[in-house]
Amino acid sequence: MTERDPRYPNRREMLRYLSAGAAAALMPGYASRALAQTGKLTVGVIYVGPRDDYGYNQAQAQAAAALKKMPGVKVVEQEKVPETTDVQKVMGSMIEQDGATLLFPTSFGYFDPHMLRMAEKYPKVRFAHCGGMWTEGKHPMNTGSYFGYIDECQYLNGVVAGYTSKTKKIGFIAAKPIPQVLRNCNAFLMGARSVDPKITCQLIVTGDWSLPVKEAEATNSMVDQGVDVITCHVDSPKVIIETAEKRGIFSAGYHANQAALAPKGYITGAEWNWLTVYTEHVKNAMEGKPFKNFVRGGFKEGFVKMSAYGKAVPDAAKKKADGIKAQMMKGDYAIFKGPLKDNTGKEIIPAGKAFVQTDPVLEQMNYLVDGVIGKV
Amino acid sequence: MDGTELGWWGVPIGVLGGALRVSTPFLFVSLGECITEKSGRINLGLEGILVTGAMTGYAISFVTGNPWLGVLAAGFAGLLLGLIHGLICNLPKVNDIAVGIGLMLFGTGLAFFLGKPYVQPTAPNLPSISFGAWSSSPQIQAALQVSPLFLIGIALAFLLAWAFKNTRWGLVVRMVGDSSDAARAMGYRVNLVRTLATAAGGFLSGIGGSFLSLYYPGSWSEGLSSGQGLMAVALVIFSRWNPVYCFYAALLFGGAGSLGPALQSVGITSGYYLYNAAPYVLTLAIMIATCSTRRTLAGAPGELSIVR
Repeated sequence: MTERDPRYPNRREMLRYLSAGAAAALMPGYASRALAQTGKLTVGVIYVGPRDDYGYNQAQAQAAAALKKMPGVKVVEQEKVPETTDVQKVMGSMIEQDGATLLFPTSFGYFDPHMLRMAEKYPKVRFAHCGGMWTEGKHPMNTGSYFGYIDECQYLNGVVAGYTSKTKKIGFIAAKPIPQVLRNCNAFLMGARSVDPKITCQLIVTGDWSLPVKEAEATNSMVDQGVDVITCHVDSPKVIIETAEKRGIFSAGYHANQAALAPKGYITGAEWNWLTVYTEHVKNAMEGKPFKNFVRGGFKEGFVKMSAYGKAVPDAAKKKADGIKAQMMKGDYAIFKGPLKDNTGKEIIPAGKAFVQTDPVLEQMNYLVDGVIGKV
Repeated sequence: MDGTELGWWGVPIGVLGGALRVSTPFLFVSLGECITEKSGRINLGLEGILVTGAMTGYAISFVTGNPWLGVLAAGFAGLLLGLIHGLICNLPKVNDIAVGIGLMLFGTGLAFFLGKPYVQPTAPNLPSISFGAWSSSPQIQAALQVSPLFLIGIALAFLLAWAFKNTRWGLVVRMVGDSSDAARAMGYRVNLVRTLATAAGGFLSGIGGSFLSLYYPGSWSEGLSSGQGLMAVALVIFSRWNPVYCFYAALLFGGAGSLGPALQSVGITSGYYLYNAAPYVLTLAIMIATCSTRRTLAGAPGELSIVR
């Protein structure tokens, strides 16, 4: 296929413009109304897995489902799109066939090169990616990224885990050692260490976003090593939470609320609240306002929330976690502050220095803090 | 040691537990494929049958509340797909490998499509039998929790090995697989035998799938199989079409698969991608060690399209 210059319309588009022009000339009143009508928008949402996975995709899909109720908004969705050129084809067909002008490619691996390539091809379409590191000057202005500081929730998970753990060993099952995942793992341990500095956190990396058998194996081997509170960063925590419940240990959720899967062991969980982000993007697109390229937020902005506390959580834990959460709501709580060492003994943050949550340096995290047993 | 942690002992116990937990689907699918291939056909669609079985088992268990009905339904779903493969391959000039790949895509697609409403609900799981009561260690007790399906699988492996040697229908299946001319001369209907063998293989693979969704990991999701059905097909060649060797190979694969997580949990954290690749490295190594350019694979059915 030959690349065509997006500045010039192709033959089919030309015909459409000409006929629209002709129609406009014939019906001047209608045409001006049609042009002024900005109240319609087609939004495309692309998921890497199934929409009801009790996890990452479900959190996105819940927001997409709520969008459908907004007047004038049409949502097209596609599930199970791999992080390959497939996603480019999906984006292309959403734009060409469904007329989508705002896209939410939600998986990490869609960003580079797939979404960037499509953004160059369709400069009028807005691409809002979840989790990527958008940089001004480096990436096109019609692309952007949104993400939430869910490490705040993981920190609170850690605080509650610190109170519930008896063996003083907690565990974190990770899909891939990328910055967001490491940040969550570090925050989980630091939360627990704010309760008891002797706690350690075992990290197991499975290698991909959804490997149910390997996730169950990882959970089992952690329990065998005496870990008694577990959380994770995989696409669908369902298997991990269920396995933890079967083995009789505690679990803290991730992405969505998994309390129903573990009535005994679920202590609390880190959940997304994407509707805030989705609504803002949709409103901006409908009103013709400029695209917000870089969107970030935590508790304060309403991007994340916690699951309700489980039965096993002691009152002291609730009190401490709620206290920290109140500070986070005000936006003046720094999780990553000095002195901080990584687990090889190297100093990461010198004493007296603290990173605010919005600091982009934190999104390049490539270390595990002291107390995490594992390697990037 | 305070009884809650195992340290280095965690690795062998983890691998043993993993072998007992993870091997069952490999075992059932490879036994099923063993029957099919002994009759002279290859069914590459077992991955699709496995996934369909997993979905059907979970759905039926959820709807009826009885996991054993789920297992049975999974078996029959597999039987149906196996039958389709068998019947299509009866047509003249049909390539069984191509049909198998088609069936794989059809089976997984069908399961994903019909399985959508069952990703979220939690269905009742199969019970387990505990062989660890003698030990005071909770880790050993947990490792020795064994699914009844695993025991059925072992019994089936030995039964099949015996039947291929000593029963009339076992010999018929082997003859059809080794020389269809001889079978025809003896008055057996080659296509009928092969169709039935493929259907039986599908039945076992479906049951293997139900183990995934109803016992371990014990819930239905689209990433559940992640290629285990395909690996099981390779296992059959690897174990030289011998049902008892299929059992050992399945154990080996199960154990090797849990090596990665077990090593990470005792603090061997570098090179986890390498350990996760252990089952595949192992297969390659054994294949290289045992293959020869001077002879065909020992024990291969003579009518099999890949060795003919």
